[in-house]
Formats: sequence, C-alpha cells, structure tokens
Amino acid sequence: MRFFEFESRRILAREGIPLSEHGFATTPEEARRIAGEIAGPVVIKSQVLTGGRMKAGGVRFADTPQEAGAHARDILALEINGHMPRGVLVDARAAIKQEYYAGVIYDGVRKLPTFVFSDMGGIDIEEVAAAHPDHIGRGHFSTILPHMDFRAKDVVAAVGVTGSELNRLTPILARLGQLFVKYDMTLAEINPLAQLEDGTFVAVDAHMDMENEGRPRQHELLAELGVGGEETREAREPTEFEIKGEEIDAADHRGVAGNVTEFEGNLGLVIGAGGGSLTLFDAVQALGGKPANYCEIGGNPSVSKACNLTKLVLSKPGVDKIAVMMSIVSNTRVDIVARGVIKACVELGHDPAEKIAIFRIPGAWEDEGFKLLERYGVEYCDRSVSMHEAARRAVEKVASADGRSAADEPRLEGRTSGEVEEV
Amino acid sequence: MAAMFIDVEVDESIHADAEMAKKLEQVCPVDIYAERDGRVAILDENLDECVLCELCINAAPTGSVRVRKLYDGTALGD
Repeated sequence: MRFFEFESRRILAREGIPLSEHGFATTPEEARRIAGEIAGPVVIKSQVLTGGRMKAGGVRFADTPQEAGAHARDILALEINGHMPRGVLVDARAAIKQEYYAGVIYDGVRKLPTFVFSDMGGIDIEEVAAAHPDHIGRGHFSTILPHMDFRAKDVVAAVGVTGSELNRLTPILARLGQLFVKYDMTLAEINPLAQLEDGTFVAVDAHMDMENEGRPRQHELLAELGVGGEETREAREPTEFEIKGEEIDAADHRGVAGNVTEFEGNLGLVIGAGGGSLTLFDAVQALGGKPANYCEIGGNPSVSKACNLTKLVLSKPGVDKIAVMMSIVSNTRVDIVARGVIKACVELGHDPAEKIAIFRIPGAWEDEGFKLLERYGVEYCDRSVSMHEAARRAVEKVASADGRSAADEPRLEGRTSGEVEEV
Repeated sequence: MAAMFIDVEVDESIHADAEMAKKLEQVCPVDIYAERDGRVAILDENLDECVLCELCINAAPTGSVRVRKLYDGTALGD
C-alpha cells in the first residue's frame, strides 16, 4: 500500500529524520496559515497517489501566504490522472546546495533489503542508474542481525562522499533502513534529500510503500496517520473483475481464492500453491501465452468457491479457455477443485473438455480427481509432467484455437513432456 | 442446479428419527444434513461439497446411509 507524501514525511519525522518545514492542508485557508507560519517562499504540492504532479500543474511556488492560499485553491480542485488530491502540502522552499537520493528497496533475488544512495538526487533514480551508474551506491543489509550503521556508511561513501557530509548522511540512510524493516515497507525513499546552504540535510520529498500483508501489524502507525481499513492504496483502483474476485474469496471462509488480478489476455488461469501461481503465470507468459488473469487458490477451497472463481474467469470477455494448474498440493483436495471447475463449465453451458485446456494439480486425492476429469473428458496430468510443460500445453491449445501455429510460440529450453519436476 | 457429483440415500428406517437427524446434522462438515420437523432433510445445494469423509455413514446404523459418487457409479456405505 502506498502512502501520500505528507504521510511519508510523518513516518520520517517519527524516526527522527530531519525534514524541511512544512504542513498539510485541506483548505486554502489552512494553506495560507501554514505559509504564514513558515514566513518565507513555499511550494504547494498536490497530495495524490500518482505521478506527474509537476507536469499537471499540481506543484506551484508561492512567495506570500495569499499566493499560497490561491494556489492551494486551484490545486485542491485539480484532478491528476483521475485522482483528486487528499489535500496539499505546504513546504518551505529551501535554499538547496545539493540534492541527494536515499532509498531502501527489497531485492527479491537476494531476499534482502538494499540501501541505495546517490549524489544525483531530484531526478528518477532509474535514470541515474542508466546514465550514471558510478553515481549510485548499493548495499544489502540483514533483517535478522542487529542493525549496523556502517553498512549505510559504506553505501554513502561508495559515491565519493567524505568528511562531515558522510557523518551527517550516514544516520539518515541508516534510519531509513531501520524504518523500512520496522514498518514492513517495500520501498522507502527520500528524493531529494537536500543539503542546505548551512550544510545540514533535510528530506524534501518522500515516497513509501508498505507490504499489504503488514497492515494488521502496523495498525498503530496506520491509526496515527488516519489510514482507514477501507483504503486499498494500490497502484491502481481494483477493476470490477478484481472486486468480484475479492467478494468470492470473502463469501466463503473455506480455502483461498485470492489476489485475483485482471490482465488483457485470453487464457484464464485458475492457479495456486505456495509460489506455484507466480511460477505458472511466468511460465505461461514465457511461452508466449496471454494470461487473462492472475489468482491464488489453495488451502482447500470448497467446491462452490472453486466454481465461482472459475465462473468469474470464464465470464471475462475474450477468455477462450482456462488452465487449472498448481504445484504439488497436500492441503488442497484435487477432486474438490476438479468438481468446482467442471461444475462452473457445465453451469455456464460449456463442455469442460473444451474449456479446460489442461488440469495439472497433483497431490491429495488426485486419483479421485482424475476419475472426475476422465468422466468429463478433461485433459489432465500428474506430477510427472512439469508445471512448465503443463503451461506449454495450455498455451498451445489456445494458440491452436486461435488458428495460430503452436510451433510459432516460443518454448523454454530443456523442457520436454514427461519431465519429472524438481520440487 | 441439482448436484452433479454426489447423491445421498437415507434409508426409510431412519428418515423419521429426530435424534438421528440431529446427529447427521452435527457430524456432516459441509452441512448436507439437517433436522427438519423431526425428520432427516438433505440439503441438495450442499451435496457437491461432500468430502467423502464417511462420518454420516459411521454415525448411522449400518447400511442406512449411502453416499453415491455419480461420476463413477460407486457408493460408500454399501
């Protein structure tokens, strides 16, 4: 979940990271009052959860409180990329000597948080990484071992910062790392981190994303920020398809049919099992397939839950077939899922043998499941067929139905039918 | 829509047994049975949720409850 800039600043302040003088306003009057208290030039920034604020006119400069109030009035009425602002941030327009970037991200490959620091702040860090890789320092740190400031110091020093600047920047990056772990963040960045004319450093803009699953643990912080449980704070608003997916999951406590995400493709996916969903989704894409959706089934969903999810996927315009695939399951019954997907096809007036491109769920009660699938003529496979091979068969079936040659589809090297999967 | 995969047969000898009806309602994990006016009622909408646990078969006198698998023609409790 994403935080507004004013919320990110409150989190920074909570952890003792210095900030430029600022205030949050929801009315022009409040903005004028805050600008008066700052007693100097200010920047008025729209508080929206989308990019492109500056380009859209959501960031304006004011020299007087009256001007600040007028700008706030305009910005509060300004829609940016379909988002109305939550309010405006009134920020002191500081005399900046140099801009830096300080961030912490999660490295999914190393499975460790990573410090990122650059002496080229104020622009997208991706641009810096592409054009000036020597101006970026990086370093992993542990989420288990005690926090060590020297790791942050190494990263700052990697871009050539020395002396008192190094000593002042190190605790800022170190605290950013600490709050990243403490608040279950997936991203915490200050950009720019400004060095003022007097040599001190302040955060001028901040961006933070929290792991959704961390929300129950972070209720104290969220309550302090006034973030309601009904606010999804996702990168985009959920689609009608995704909302229906959530409703299906919520309506029945048995098992999981979650994280339903809509895509534009024609192959519906009923997939799951501890990482199996991601692996299978990636496999379909790598093989040239076009997923219509992502989802995660598991934990032994009821027949009706599997049925309703399948109906949702099959009802999506453009979906030709579905692939029902999981890794090897021990806590989900194969026969129950088989009943659910077959029932969905039949109740929608489809032939399961036509609509289900492949059923590849090996595990508990698979023999009973395979009897059902045979009864309805559905192609299925057991654990001797890898997830990638199952995905390939599904992609080929959809391609054949589309009139395209399956031979045209890219294939993963080294994967053949009947390969025993390593689990 | 009627059940596609599972059917349950309850012998006449226990149909009007209120205690047995309550017992079946209690043991079934997916609410296929209910006690209605002192009789055993089968909730058709839940039949396909049957997990073949045989708790109903074990709770009732031998041979008085059968769970039929419509997809392969076999039955539990025969």
